Amino acid sequence: MARDQKTEEPIIVINDIEKHFGSVTALDGISLEIRAGEFFSLLGPSGCGKTTLLRMISGFDNPSVGTVFIGGTDMTDVPPNERPTNMVFQSYAIFPHLNVAENVGYGLKKQKLPKEEVDLRVNEALALVDLEGYGQRESHALSGGQRQRVALARALIMKPQVLLLDEPLSALDKKLRDAMQSELCKLQRTVGITFVLVTHDQEEALIMSDRIAVMFDGKIAQLDSPEGLYRRPTSQRVASFIGVMNFIPATVTASTAQTLSLDIDALGKIELPQSAAHRTGDKITIGIRPEMLTVLYDKTDKADHVFNAIIEDTAYYGDMTYYDVRLENSDITATVSMRNTAGRPILDQGDATRVGWGAESITILAED
Amino acid sequence: MSAKPPRSLFTYAVIYLIFLYAPVLLLPLFAFNDSAIIALPLSGFTFHWFGLLWETKALHEALYNSLLIAVVTAIGSTTLGIFAARAAARYEFPGKRGIVGFIMVPLVLPEIIVGVALIVVLIQLGLSLSAWTVIIGHVLICTPFAIAILQSAFNNMDRSLEEASMDLGENKIGTFFRVILPLVTPGIISSLLISFTISLDEFIIAFFLTGTDATLPVYIWSQLRFPARLPAIMALGFLMVLLSFILLLAAEYFRRRANRIAGNPQSSDESIF
Ligand SMILES: Nc1ncnc2c1ncn2[C@@H]1O[C@H](COP(=O)(O)OP(=O)(O)O)[C@@H](O)[C@H]1O
Ligand SMILES: [Mg+2]
Repeated sequence: MARDQKTEEPIIVINDIEKHFGSVTALDGISLEIRAGEFFSLLGPSGCGKTTLLRMISGFDNPSVGTVFIGGTDMTDVPPNERPTNMVFQSYAIFPHLNVAENVGYGLKKQKLPKEEVDLRVNEALALVDLEGYGQRESHALSGGQRQRVALARALIMKPQVLLLDEPLSALDKKLRDAMQSELCKLQRTVGITFVLVTHDQEEALIMSDRIAVMFDGKIAQLDSPEGLYRRPTSQRVASFIGVMNFIPATVTASTAQTLSLDIDALGKIELPQSAAHRTGDKITIGIRPEMLTVLYDKTDKADHVFNAIIEDTAYYGDMTYYDVRLENSDITATVSMRNTAGRPILDQGDATRVGWGAESITILAED
Repeated sequence: MSAKPPRSLFTYAVIYLIFLYAPVLLLPLFAFNDSAIIALPLSGFTFHWFGLLWETKALHEALYNSLLIAVVTAIGSTTLGIFAARAAARYEFPGKRGIVGFIMVPLVLPEIIVGVALIVVLIQLGLSLSAWTVIIGHVLICTPFAIAILQSAFNNMDRSLEEASMDLGENKIGTFFRVILPLVTPGIISSLLISFTISLDEFIIAFFLTGTDATLPVYIWSQLRFPARLPAIMALGFLMVLLSFILLLAAEYFRRRANRIAGNPQSSDESIF
């Protein structure tokens, strides 16, 4: 992604906002900066406040406390029809009494443009979403994927500074969703508009975004690049929401300015090049991803660290196999994933094996 | 749905329908019968009774009164219905359910109670009885129907359509005319037609409140004393049934269309009747 082209100027600044619906706190102190031209995602489980936050940006709701700035302007008293944002609704909200061209051109009518220019821009917008020639179609005769494209074209024709998308792909089937993910990315790069995407699908967020804010219970738990979130989750909750993570208790045995020595239950002692956020004697939790653990099929296979384990369960996924293993002499279990390359055997439940790992794949996690 | 009903139920339904409609079917039978006496056997075919209607002056006045009352009632109760249905569909306010329920009460009140209550109140207020007092009574009984029809039209409208319009730069008034109104128009037409029909056919309240401005049903009632005029009344009754039937069909067509446009095909099958 052309990260270098993006200015670091924030287009949206959200300043410590809260939103209360009666006794329900939907947003609980959110501060956020979204950069111009980036593909930004709000990721979190259903009910965590993603839609509410998006509605604060679009202006359909106002925060109970705090301020939203767009392009440096305080948006508190600016109604949705005067904000430089446009929205693709979760239900798409296609006007049922208008045809495709009338839907797409809806927002231009207010601008009193000559008819030729409206037609031209409608056709451009339809071409952008691969719907050339669909202008005269009745909107109720469209498929789910086509409705979504119409909603996109209708918003993009307004040339907004920010495009807001509320779970735009969740109503599509898996195949179409995968195709639309890469199309949306391409589209965002073509138009250069800031996209703010709401999704509960971590894979979708990882694939499409430049940066992701993970939300739980109306708060931002972590804001990072997809790679940063996956590799360096700061809490157990984020770590288990994004992909699969093995959690193992550990004790800090020594802590200096440069290194942290740990005694990990059932795995043994290691030393990490990390500054001292912990003190000697602290009980902590470390995380390690399944793909960072390697089944050592051969007695001669080597790794930095090795433990013995019994296979408790085997899940075969075609390209991958996931093993649940129990560590020798303990009741700790871990998930190990192996790519099914040529000639690699599939182990069975009850088999004994050796598992290799490296200190660099250990993540230190905060308690929730 | 596809399972066949038992035979006994089918027989019951047929008997029920005969019971319901046989008297109505007698109307056209005697309306075209060439005899001043309402009795079988039929003696011949004639348009004479319809011609007689054409010549009766008092009838024309009654027709004018009825149409005036029905039109004003339809517009009045539909306007009230739009306000109430929009408020119920879009806004939360304390006691909402209670208030909406309260507006619907005339639906189940016996009309004679409404008529008596209104006449007492209106006379206390010093108003003289006229077509306008009938309109007050008819608006009262038609508004619940209007609300029921319009509420389904407003409720079926996806809220995000309004928001999408605002999002695309349109203001509240523009949104009302470009999105809300086109989507509820079939519901409004349906409500107008139903209120019109109810008012046109209503007798009890009109009888109590009409004063000297007799409506069609009141006129019919006044003519029943004269056996010689009965065949002409049959002809008039036949025309009114025909008109009501056509209006109700049209109303149902528009009500279903309202639901379909709002993208709710499944609910278009259930009727409020
Ligand atoms: N208009 C509203 N009235 C009352 N509660 C609401 C309203 N909108 C959202 N909420 C509540 O706020 C919380 C966050 O909702 P939402 O932002 O829709 O979550 P998400 O989009 O992440 O699934 C939920 O508990 C929801 O019930
Ligand atoms: Mg949501």
